[in-house]
Amino acid sequence: MTTALPTAPPPPSLTAVDGLTTNPYGLTPEQFEQLGTELDAIRGRVLADRGQRDADYIRGVIRAQRGLEVAGRGLLWAGVFPPAWLAGTAALSLSKILDNMEIGHNVMHGQYEWMNDPKLSGKQFEWDTACPADQWRHSHNYMHHTHTNIVGKDRDIGYGVLRMSEEQPWKPYYLGNPLWAALLATFFEYGVALHDLEVERIAEGEITLADKRELLKGIGTKVRGQALKDYVLFPALSGPLFVFPLAGNATANIVRNLWSFTIIFCGHFPEGTHEFSEEETANETRGQWYHRQLLGSANLSGGRLFHILSGNLSFQIEHHLFPDLPANRYGEISVEVREICERYGLPYNVGPLGRQFGSVVKKIGRLALPDSPGTFARGVGAGLGGAVKRGLSLVKRAPLPGLGTRTS
Amino acid sequence: MPKLAIRPRIRPRLGVLEAAATPHGLDSYLEQVNPLLVTGECRAEVVAAERGTEESVTLTMRPNRAWRRFRAGQFVNVAVEIDGVRHQRCYSPASPEGRNATVEITTKRHPEGLVSNFLVERAQPGMVVGLSQAEGDFQLPDPRPDSILLIGGGSGITPLMAILRTLLGEGYDRPVALIYYAPDAERCIYHGELERLAAAHPNFQLRRSYTRAPGTGELDGHFSPLHLPQSDPDFSAAETFACGPPALLDAVRGTWRNGLEHRLHVESFVPPSFVPVGEPGEGQIRFADSAVEVTNSGESLLSQAEAAGLAPEYGCRMGICHTCTCRKRSGTHKNLLTGEVSSAPDEEIQLCVSAALGDLTVEL
Repeated sequence: MTTALPTAPPPPSLTAVDGLTTNPYGLTPEQFEQLGTELDAIRGRVLADRGQRDADYIRGVIRAQRGLEVAGRGLLWAGVFPPAWLAGTAALSLSKILDNMEIGHNVMHGQYEWMNDPKLSGKQFEWDTACPADQWRHSHNYMHHTHTNIVGKDRDIGYGVLRMSEEQPWKPYYLGNPLWAALLATFFEYGVALHDLEVERIAEGEITLADKRELLKGIGTKVRGQALKDYVLFPALSGPLFVFPLAGNATANIVRNLWSFTIIFCGHFPEGTHEFSEEETANETRGQWYHRQLLGSANLSGGRLFHILSGNLSFQIEHHLFPDLPANRYGEISVEVREICERYGLPYNVGPLGRQFGSVVKKIGRLALPDSPGTFARGVGAGLGGAVKRGLSLVKRAPLPGLGTRTS
Repeated sequence: MPKLAIRPRIRPRLGVLEAAATPHGLDSYLEQVNPLLVTGECRAEVVAAERGTEESVTLTMRPNRAWRRFRAGQFVNVAVEIDGVRHQRCYSPASPEGRNATVEITTKRHPEGLVSNFLVERAQPGMVVGLSQAEGDFQLPDPRPDSILLIGGGSGITPLMAILRTLLGEGYDRPVALIYYAPDAERCIYHGELERLAAAHPNFQLRRSYTRAPGTGELDGHFSPLHLPQSDPDFSAAETFACGPPALLDAVRGTWRNGLEHRLHVESFVPPSFVPVGEPGEGQIRFADSAVEVTNSGESLLSQAEAAGLAPEYGCRMGICHTCTCRKRSGTHKNLLTGEVSSAPDEEIQLCVSAALGDLTVEL
């Protein structure tokens, strides 16, 4: 696998303001139209072909996940023996990864709704992570997938805490970009859970915590259930040796967090992916929508097991073109999608995990710093000024907003 | 059409185990061992599949422990998976009520009957099917009435067989009669058993009319009041249960008038329609949970729901995010993205890219 197609044109000169444009590869309106038709045809063909093998596939993955989970928890019960602890932690980590990536994420996209099985209905599914499924469906299925890579609308760009695009104005807070990223990766399930909390708007004083009461209640209930299971019930089963399953469960959660952060950040942030502005995407056609999904996503190359453990998000491009097709089909159609990209002179961004993640890490580091020294000075000035202003206003209306009395 | 009710889950007191099995629930682990072990969902194992003819199959099914009470005359939804897709259809069991009973259903081949054809061709012992709890007010009352009249046509005999078998099995000694209409004796599913029952139970009166073979039954032709047992005892005072095609039921209703209506219990037995019943822009759309009904404009169901003042959840409005997915109870819809047309009842549909072809009911 190669990162760039040999036939891909050199990066075009960007014409629109701020380096953003809806059409960096110069497609004609007819080509947009035709691109839409061709991709619709792939979608239609897979839709018509869905059947037993897709049903068997997802049930097989669920079966493997349940088996790994039971085995993992059984081994961790006897976690005082180091081999059991290691094997148990590994099995439980795999279980959580399968549960979140290949099962939860894909089922909640409605990829298996055509099976008409209430247990595989996108709207009823709940997963083994801190984020309540219904909140995820809003922030991810709708916000992220409809407004992919539109700065200001797609909250997956930095999750409200990181600077992942030049279009996010720099401020001194972003000097901590690498640190914030490491923390987000470690506690990713909570980052995902708090996705809709819009922490940056709370920090700016636009909204208060009280505005998010319902959301927090839902998160609280879900987190309580998850914590009770992983940090109380299963450890308690081991009696005085509770610390072994406790440590195993915590490790499995963190392993899953690091893995899903890595895969997800490789989906849209490697070098070469494009971001868009709200204005330029306001009236896009279906062909242009496909075009945006193509340019805004990046794939990972790897073997079959790697694709399954990544929830087939290693085919992020195909997933973004067709978010509700069964994920086990993405590999098959990637051949055609790639061929289409080649014909239209569009890049098809794919590379091995090491390279793609390396470029994400580089971006996180680069964007920690301002784009020019002038911005740095202005940013520090504005940042300090803003911080002082906010500090004063907090002092004035103590107690803290949203905690004691409501301020708005 | 009776709807599938998703019943509240039966939960034994397994609080701690359920908390440990969150968020998937204990059942999702138990079913990996054996699909019948689940406690929150009724399922049944086929223990016998008898093919009386090439055209029909009689299935005897043993439900799991989630199964509750069944009253003779009620119906169940049976769900099977065909090429990865779960389909469900209503059947009235013919088996008698009672503790730990098995459930017996009979189904015939139908030119477009996806589920019935699947069962006729593929059902075999060991197969596990989904089962709803028994539903319907068409049921044998408790305490038993003083006399009972059963009127059936075609496959509408199955709930009547459940009633008859229950009564005679529990030693009911008061008058009971069955008037049954079938094309000919070959197509009378319970021919042999009915004759045996009539011979063994003097209080059971059997009257058959074979509409395509006049002279071969006790009666001739379609239903008429003259077919009712006129002699003592007077069956006009009997609790009457009728099940069969619409024409038969209309004729029966026309007879039970002038104060007799309360003695008549009717179950219609209309097979689901398999062909589109209308064009976009025709028919009524019923938003069942909101009790709102509008005339179909042909637009997407989401737009029409909003125009009717409802506020369904939605996201992308282009068939991507599945936020607006709702359960269609009945009716034919067309997927505006794919052009696919479906008349299957109890189906998840995306409101934003679905339009109704004729009457349609959606749970919204």
